[in-house]
Amino acid sequence: MKPRVLQLFASGINCDRELRWAFEQAGARVEELHMRELTTRPQALRDCDVFAIPGGFTYGDDLGAGKVLALEVAKYLGDALREHHARGGAILGICNGFQVLVKSGMLPGVDGLPPLSLTWNGSRHFECRWSRMRVEEPLARFMAIGTVIPAVSAHAEGRIVLRHGEADAERLIRAGVVALRYCDGKGRVRADFPHCPSGSAGAIAGLISPDGRVLGFMPHPERSLSRLHLPDRGAGAWGDGSETLSFFRALLAPYASGVRA
Amino acid sequence: MSASAWRVELELEAGRADPVGDGARRALAARGLSAVGEVRSGRGYLLPEALDRAAVDRIAARLLADVVTETIRIVAPGDAPADGAKTLLVRRVAGVTDPEAHTTERALALVDVALPAGGRVESYRVFRVDTPGSREQLLEAGARALANPVIEHVQLGDEPVRRHAEPPQRAAARREIGLAELDDAGLARLSSAMGLALSVEEMRAIRSHFDAQGRAPTDVELESFAQTWSEHCKHKTLTGPVHYRLLDDSGALLEERHYGNLLKETVFAATMKLSPEWCWSVFKDNAGVVALTDEIGIAIKVETHNHPSALDPYGGAGTGVGGVIRDVLGTGLGARPFANLDVFCVGPQGTEAGELPPGTMHPDRVLEGVIAGVRDYGNRMGIPTVAGTVIRHPGYVANPLVYCGCVGEIPRSAVEKAARPGDTIVAFGGRTGRDGIHGATFSSEALHEESETADAAAVQIGDPITEKTVLDVLLIARDRGCFHGLTDCGAGGFSSAVGEMAEHCGAEVDLDRAPLKYTGLAPWEVWISEAQERMVAAVPTAKLDELQSLCTLHEVELTVLGRFTDSGRLVLRWHGEVLGDLDLAFLHSGVPQPERAAIAVRRLRPVTAWPEPAPDAAQLLLRVLAHPQVASKESIVRTYDHEVQGATVLKPYQGAEGRGAGDGVVMKPLFHRPEGVALAVGIAPRISELDAEIGALCAVDEAIRNTVAAGGNPHRTAILDNFCWGDCRKPDRFGTLVQAAQACHDAAIAYGAPFVSGKDSLNNEYRVGGVERPIPPTLLITALAHVGDCARTVGTPLRGVGNLLIQIGRTSADSGGAVASDLLGLPDSAPARPDLATAPALFAAVHHAIGEGSIVACHDLSEGGLAAAVAEMVIGASGLGARVDASRAVCDDGVPLTGRLFAEGPTRFLAEVPMARLEDFALSFRTLAWATVGEVLAEPILELREDEHVLARIDAETLAIANGVPGSGSPEAGA
Repeated sequence: MKPRVLQLFASGINCDRELRWAFEQAGARVEELHMRELTTRPQALRDCDVFAIPGGFTYGDDLGAGKVLALEVAKYLGDALREHHARGGAILGICNGFQVLVKSGMLPGVDGLPPLSLTWNGSRHFECRWSRMRVEEPLARFMAIGTVIPAVSAHAEGRIVLRHGEADAERLIRAGVVALRYCDGKGRVRADFPHCPSGSAGAIAGLISPDGRVLGFMPHPERSLSRLHLPDRGAGAWGDGSETLSFFRALLAPYASGVRA
Repeated sequence: MSASAWRVELELEAGRADPVGDGARRALAARGLSAVGEVRSGRGYLLPEALDRAAVDRIAARLLADVVTETIRIVAPGDAPADGAKTLLVRRVAGVTDPEAHTTERALALVDVALPAGGRVESYRVFRVDTPGSREQLLEAGARALANPVIEHVQLGDEPVRRHAEPPQRAAARREIGLAELDDAGLARLSSAMGLALSVEEMRAIRSHFDAQGRAPTDVELESFAQTWSEHCKHKTLTGPVHYRLLDDSGALLEERHYGNLLKETVFAATMKLSPEWCWSVFKDNAGVVALTDEIGIAIKVETHNHPSALDPYGGAGTGVGGVIRDVLGTGLGARPFANLDVFCVGPQGTEAGELPPGTMHPDRVLEGVIAGVRDYGNRMGIPTVAGTVIRHPGYVANPLVYCGCVGEIPRSAVEKAARPGDTIVAFGGRTGRDGIHGATFSSEALHEESETADAAAVQIGDPITEKTVLDVLLIARDRGCFHGLTDCGAGGFSSAVGEMAEHCGAEVDLDRAPLKYTGLAPWEVWISEAQERMVAAVPTAKLDELQSLCTLHEVELTVLGRFTDSGRLVLRWHGEVLGDLDLAFLHSGVPQPERAAIAVRRLRPVTAWPEPAPDAAQLLLRVLAHPQVASKESIVRTYDHEVQGATVLKPYQGAEGRGAGDGVVMKPLFHRPEGVALAVGIAPRISELDAEIGALCAVDEAIRNTVAAGGNPHRTAILDNFCWGDCRKPDRFGTLVQAAQACHDAAIAYGAPFVSGKDSLNNEYRVGGVERPIPPTLLITALAHVGDCARTVGTPLRGVGNLLIQIGRTSADSGGAVASDLLGLPDSAPARPDLATAPALFAAVHHAIGEGSIVACHDLSEGGLAAAVAEMVIGASGLGARVDASRAVCDDGVPLTGRLFAEGPTRFLAEVPMARLEDFALSFRTLAWATVGEVLAEPILELREDEHVLARIDAETLAIANGVPGSGSPEAGA
């Protein structure tokens, strides 16, 4: 059976079409439900392996990116998502979806870690540019450590902020929740612009829960599934266009036929 | 009654970088506020007085504040904290759209707080300023540096805050306006006093129409005529009769013509003559539609939003984007937008404050505002902003131009539409307010010194997320067959939307049903309001419930406004009382169309020689690269999400580091298909100033050339026209417009590129101290070229060491309008004229060579000529370089060195061709003008030569720095 993805829709989500296409190309069956539908029947979550929140500007990002949807998800879907997670289901958030997971407390989802938030880029404005994410140890169950995933960063509020900057970032890394960090073409972690477009603490691009089933990151691998989409059109600096699809396949692998009871 | 409110203010923690505060400090200092120390920025919210402290604390901590970065300050209702004396609160003027407040009101429930009955939230901006200045100084500098007086006001934080009062409910009644007794002067006064912008002839026509019926028109009826007959909606100048004369320098008549309908006989006539089968819908809907595949079409529209952007750049440009997106949404039964473009024309950098006419904003502030407006609207809509440019010219100081375009895809079956009698008139989307009242008539009038204050109501503020929900609902509803007809509410609001849809049937409208943002609107205001984010549909009664549930799901407000009839009349009611009953035939075709005079002068300009001996090529190239027309626009493009939807397969900035300026972008809107479109613009006001005919030919050539360079098919290219001109009631202004329109016709025929849509803006003048200043004649041409296979497209960055660099197309001696010519201070001279006889064959050959893989990179020669083109190809290449020998350039006899390198004549390219493909290439170009001028080098350097003599040897990073490429000059840039 194909992995089943339930994709959330809400006012302001705008990366739904390409995310759905990416999941389908990676072999999933995708269902989309509006937040209001899901609120009235959260049991729909029982029929999915992966619950995904795409990027966008939910509710205009008023009151902070992803903030209002985060409160909605926590209030109306909290129990259903905990059940889904306890059943072995995964939760994925990209860009605005990642902001929702962080602001609802689902990521990193561990007590005792320093409080963190996602806020305005160092430049204080929206920035759209190509970036690279390096697979870190907590993501090793999906992909080899050090794998480089090229993806477009396109956000205004993608900077991880912590009370004690780099010291707190170290604590997150030690806690095993830092899944992806910005890096250069040689796979070296880089916290400087333009490699890390937001100026995120610890060059953190994405977080994962310790059990590996809640994952979120800022850049958009779903936007570039082919060589044609690369800025240098496959000349080599950004891979050959196959990396992003491999990434989605890897994320879905645990739910591919027969793996899950 | 105004009431007090809780204040919740969030400020970034001390020690955290605050770029907004830093910007405010610079702006305040520039406005003369003495010794400004640190400025900290924050955001504030007014919450209803009726809430208790515990609820306000909960809202502040859980809903409003960021857990890590912000500190919370709460001020109880009626309190006036003394330490607020150095805090500026920037608040919206009553009635200005406040989407964030609306979100907050709805989100209170998420932290278990109920919004008190009648309670409202307001959001505002906060600046805490460290200054010894007085209250008055702080307020005055704040008002000028941090607020836009059209939509905002400023107060100090130690003053009690009052909520804006709700406007009083107005008792509406039928109000008739007697015209029968008025003479011409009286009619003119009435038109002016009501802000109708109707001419005396038009007022007379309306008077006789109502005299014949033995009654006076009502206010709502007069407003309907004012909207429907406005220049903005009716395009009276372009579609009316013209007496055109072309004179020579001495005043002798060279040519004389009468046009019955200028547009129909020029631009539209070319389309009719060409009539390719791939044009599915032209000049009849909100956007033109051409074929992408057999089943899917592409809808494209480009609009202008000049006057609103002059008053409020941010809101004006944002609603310009929102408006053109709605045009595409409202094309056929609905198209799905997948690309936006925008072009700004503003005054020069470094304009001194003293040079600014009274009431105008500094060009840099205008540009900053319009970029931010496009960014925030387009990004939130999830539509990539992919193409455009910025033009700097002193002629736009008082009257900036903002063009916004949108491209969408639409199933062929959804292209045709017609409202049917019996269909329900449904409005959905945003609510109606006083925003943009008289926008259609205002944009038809010239700006003047008092515009900034007098026309506040003409300003519109956008709410992109409301429009996004409209988009979501609309596309699902279209596919479920919910619409017979559909259009957007743009200029003229409901009056235009319903009036157009009812043109061939009839309609009855209950204006009192329209949902309002606030109370107190008169019926005529509801009818013509240009509040944003609204659509009107003709819905078959059987589908109404389905549409309603879709709207409920997506949180879109739907209202039944009335029904379409077969009466040929437009009946307007308010709580049952008939306030208007108009004959639709007269409304749509009764406008008198007097013949207007148009006079153009053909000036014989000398062909000025490029200077000899040639100035230093290296120095001139670096200056050219730094010129605003050539300088990198990458820093603007990066603030736009130009990759959302995953359709941008050839990007505006290209190459490994995204630094190479592209010619056209290529969009691939369908994941499962190889087809796409190349999209580009052409605009040449500097040339139009010298010669409006050549300027128009050049704009068409440039737009098509850009798409061809990217791989677009010149045999399947549609173009769009947007004329922005001065006041065309004046024969000299109108004369250059007629010249440009004729040139558009000739170019369209020659290139085989039909016009599919257009929009004009003909009152771009500024009146100050009795002097009227028109903008330069500004024709924007947008080209949309079919791409059969997106894999067969090329960018501008160099690809491979040892490849040949080939100049395609001939350089002429003309220097007129060239950037280098301006930099060298050469006198005005004739600009180069496109050769319509050979250009199409050349475009076809380039297209063929790209398709067969002979050309692997291609850049058109435009501003800065050959030298700038090769420099940009090097900048984009990251690691490769180029050698170009100017003595081998293809050119007319006797073109001196500077001309070979920097002339800007049309229809030329620089192509990169692998040695192994040279034979194939040569075969495609047999009889055409081309020559190998250089090669690709392994090191990042540009070498310009004249035979054996090295003119310039500049490393790529130096080029990038001169060009203003963001990040250039840093230690590892270009590595």
